Amino acid sequence: MSAATTRWRYVSSDRRVREDRRFVAGKGRFAADVMLPGTRHVALVSCPYPAARIASIDKADALAMAGVHYVLDGHELAAATQPLLAGLDTPKVQRRPLAVDVARYAGEWVAAVVADARALAEDAAERVAVDYEALPFVLDGEKAYASGSPAVHAEHASNVLLDRTFTWGEVERDFAQSPYRVALKLKWGRSSTVPIETFGVLASWDPWREMLDVFASVQMPRFPDQIALALRLPGSCVRVHNDVDVGGSYGVKRGIKHAVLTGYLSRRLGFPVRLIEDRLENMRGGDAHGPERNFEIEVAFDEGGVIRSMKLRALDNVGAYAGRSPFQLGKPIGAIVGPYRIKSVQYRAIAVTSNKTVQEAVRAFGQSPTNYAIERALDEVARHRGLDRVEVRRRNLIRSDEFPYLIPSGTTYDSGDYHAVIEKVLARADYASLVAERDRLRDQRLLAGIGIAACLEPSGANSTFEPLLNPKNETTTYTESCRINVDVGGAVTATIHTLSAGQGHETLTASAIGEVLEIDPDRIRVVRPDSLAALPSQSPVGSRMAIMLGGAAFHAAQKLKERLVAIGAHDLAIPRERATYSNGDVGDAANPSNRRSWAELVTIAHRNFHKLPPGTEPGLAFAHVLQVPTGGRLPSADGRVQMYPCFAFEFHLLLLTIDPDLGKTEIRRYLLGHDCGTVINPKIVRGMTMGGVAHGIGAALFEEFAYNGDGQLLAQSFMDYLLPSAQEIPPVEIVEHVTPSPHTVFGQKGSGEAGYLGAPAAIASAVNDALAPLGLAVNGLPIKMTQLADTIAARRRPTVSS
Amino acid sequence: MARSPLEARSTAHATAFHKRVELKVNGEARAVEVEARTSLLDCLREQLLLTGAHAGCEHGVCGACTVLIDGRPIRSCLMFAVQADGYAVTTIEGIAPAPGELSPIQDAFCETHGMQCGYCTPAMILTAHALLANNPAPSRAEIVAAISADLCRCTGYAQIIEAVALAAERMRGLNRPASAT
Repeated sequence: MSAATTRWRYVSSDRRVREDRRFVAGKGRFAADVMLPGTRHVALVSCPYPAARIASIDKADALAMAGVHYVLDGHELAAATQPLLAGLDTPKVQRRPLAVDVARYAGEWVAAVVADARALAEDAAERVAVDYEALPFVLDGEKAYASGSPAVHAEHASNVLLDRTFTWGEVERDFAQSPYRVALKLKWGRSSTVPIETFGVLASWDPWREMLDVFASVQMPRFPDQIALALRLPGSCVRVHNDVDVGGSYGVKRGIKHAVLTGYLSRRLGFPVRLIEDRLENMRGGDAHGPERNFEIEVAFDEGGVIRSMKLRALDNVGAYAGRSPFQLGKPIGAIVGPYRIKSVQYRAIAVTSNKTVQEAVRAFGQSPTNYAIERALDEVARHRGLDRVEVRRRNLIRSDEFPYLIPSGTTYDSGDYHAVIEKVLARADYASLVAERDRLRDQRLLAGIGIAACLEPSGANSTFEPLLNPKNETTTYTESCRINVDVGGAVTATIHTLSAGQGHETLTASAIGEVLEIDPDRIRVVRPDSLAALPSQSPVGSRMAIMLGGAAFHAAQKLKERLVAIGAHDLAIPRERATYSNGDVGDAANPSNRRSWAELVTIAHRNFHKLPPGTEPGLAFAHVLQVPTGGRLPSADGRVQMYPCFAFEFHLLLLTIDPDLGKTEIRRYLLGHDCGTVINPKIVRGMTMGGVAHGIGAALFEEFAYNGDGQLLAQSFMDYLLPSAQEIPPVEIVEHVTPSPHTVFGQKGSGEAGYLGAPAAIASAVNDALAPLGLAVNGLPIKMTQLADTIAARRRPTVSS
Repeated sequence: MARSPLEARSTAHATAFHKRVELKVNGEARAVEVEARTSLLDCLREQLLLTGAHAGCEHGVCGACTVLIDGRPIRSCLMFAVQADGYAVTTIEGIAPAPGELSPIQDAFCETHGMQCGYCTPAMILTAHALLANNPAPSRAEIVAAISADLCRCTGYAQIIEAVALAAERMRGLNRPASAT
């Protein structure tokens, strides 16, 4: 730690986050704040059935209303646009913004109404009369997988989008040679990130410039490209504005169908068209649900609880259409053994369609559910062997002297010291006294449990799961970029090329550049050109920006610094090797008083061509396009590949009580050991980690997009979908540790998904420890209060007849 | 931006339902014409172009639309603009003492990084404003109780709680008489 804090000038220091100033003043610029003259508003007509044939759409009453301009149906839109991109090679599972002939989930958009005001559009949407013929439907993932279930897409052979079994290492041999095994069936319930800002988009087509301007609340790789493809436009006709603040995303803000819909309407109607989801639309038809996953996990282990092999089956119910979400079964392959020395793995990944709302990428992209399954198995191994749960982890964790560590599925973990993190947390908690406190609470008629989870956060997102799960996809590049310009007056401006949703990328970029150039980051302007002026960049996915944007900014700054040194050396008439760089000035190592200041160097670059080294481009503009470290190779035939470059580590430890009558949980203490390498901005990393824990607590205890048997989504408001408030989130004690990554410019790893990776597993562990004295275990998330109360009551009063 | 011929049609439809309201917003009298059903939130955002109050759920749970009415935090999505007639409305735009200058509460939120995406931030700051106006030394539990009116999905609330506590401490300091030296 001390090495990390003294090595850098700005990196790791507790600096303010520059973005905050505009937000505290209410001067963020969110999608709904962008207003163009003449903008009209969209409201959607949604299918009330989980599956239905659309017999007819009568638009007359709606169109007769004053101020209503248009009612668009799926046929018109489909004739004029391409289907939305799918991740897997499933050409017959076509997805479009508006249903064509058949609607496949309750809430799917059937028609779009355009009117002068949003309220008016909503009024008119109620007057669009649609005749439906209800069709058979399937909601449950396992039922959808079984043959004979209603096909969500009749054109596709079944509901199965993906069903692949990977075997890495000698799984059967390792199972045969292990004396013990435990098997569990687990369920990760359907929840999501549910940002407070819904998705919003404003599209404006200018026929004279042939330009579609898009202002959206988006976090999506290839967003401009996908809009252009769907609208059959050259990419240079779509201009996505990156200087829009995103009001939270954590993965899901990918409103491609919204953007294609409004883009088409604006071209069709000749005025700007805006679609801002209301909360109902966001939850029901916004296509932003998260993984809903059934696990079967079996581990084989020895007398000491050391696990040799694992078999994991994950079936994900992705909802009615396939976007990018099935890849969420792919990313966990890069950390399939978690932080453990498991030698062989069989992994079966299944994605099925059902008549539920469409899934989107959710924080951790499938890794948090997988971590939950692994950690649940670790707890069971401990129970089976009568061992302390921390001790079982100690015995299975990869040791610090084993890095770089190659896991069976082909990824090499970069660095870590898992045991050190755990021992730090245990020392901070005084583990023995925490156990004593649990036992004291148990004596007070409460159910009390200690939760434990150790897990990894893969970071620096690559998209290697694309070629891994789709053989037609050969993507091995996943860039992030930065350009730095020094103007004639010496002011520094850097560019970033995506939107941000609160991750502080402007602060990150300025910190990295300031560090290299040895100038105060607050003097560096950071701007976001639109997509047509952008360098190749993806978006802030998979905890990548500290690594990728920080890296790109670092390298661009290095290029600038090298140029300044070259100019200075030339003007000082000294060999380049003798030139020194310090605080923006270039000097002569042999004669420190002989130097050129920043201002002089900038003037030479911009104005004095005669003083430039021969062949030097004038001005000072430098760009860097960064490839993902360790990336660039296709997977092997047996599905081994380096997935992500960096792996942060978390260790969660908490004490929780359950009121045995109410089923109400209370977190009494929560500690989190966290090692994400060098921390660039402590305020940002701490905030994201705290937020991740809170999100994980929500996923574990409160949040679920529940459906009834009729296929209706029951959680359609914040009255039913419960986001944790400040009352539900306990103080979290973060115990820091720094193991730098060898693959990154400052030794940083990602942290955008921190906390969420392990909190659900840790809460489940605590609840099960609390229930253990009753002989109960819960094997699904979320663990809702009512369910806990009922389960406990049934166990305590087994004789009550029903 | 080119104006479409449809523009003329755009405001004709609903004038019959419009009502004139006198609002006092951030100390300034603002007369607006609104439909009876227009929420205060929509009125502030769309007509007065005060976009610091945000729509989150529009059913009164998330608090992102919080503004102060006579100093008390309310959900502007649940109040009609016509109901605000005659009351003093304070929005986040009315908190900063001068352009580019932060209030002690705003500065404390920056100091602790009591936000990420910034979407709930105006609501949190106005809620803190109302709390500290009545309780200059709130306990952690009192801060939690106050801000639990507003949902934040980014932060897990820790740095927001710290911001309010820091602001309270600094504001108490501001009000303390200069020590005799």
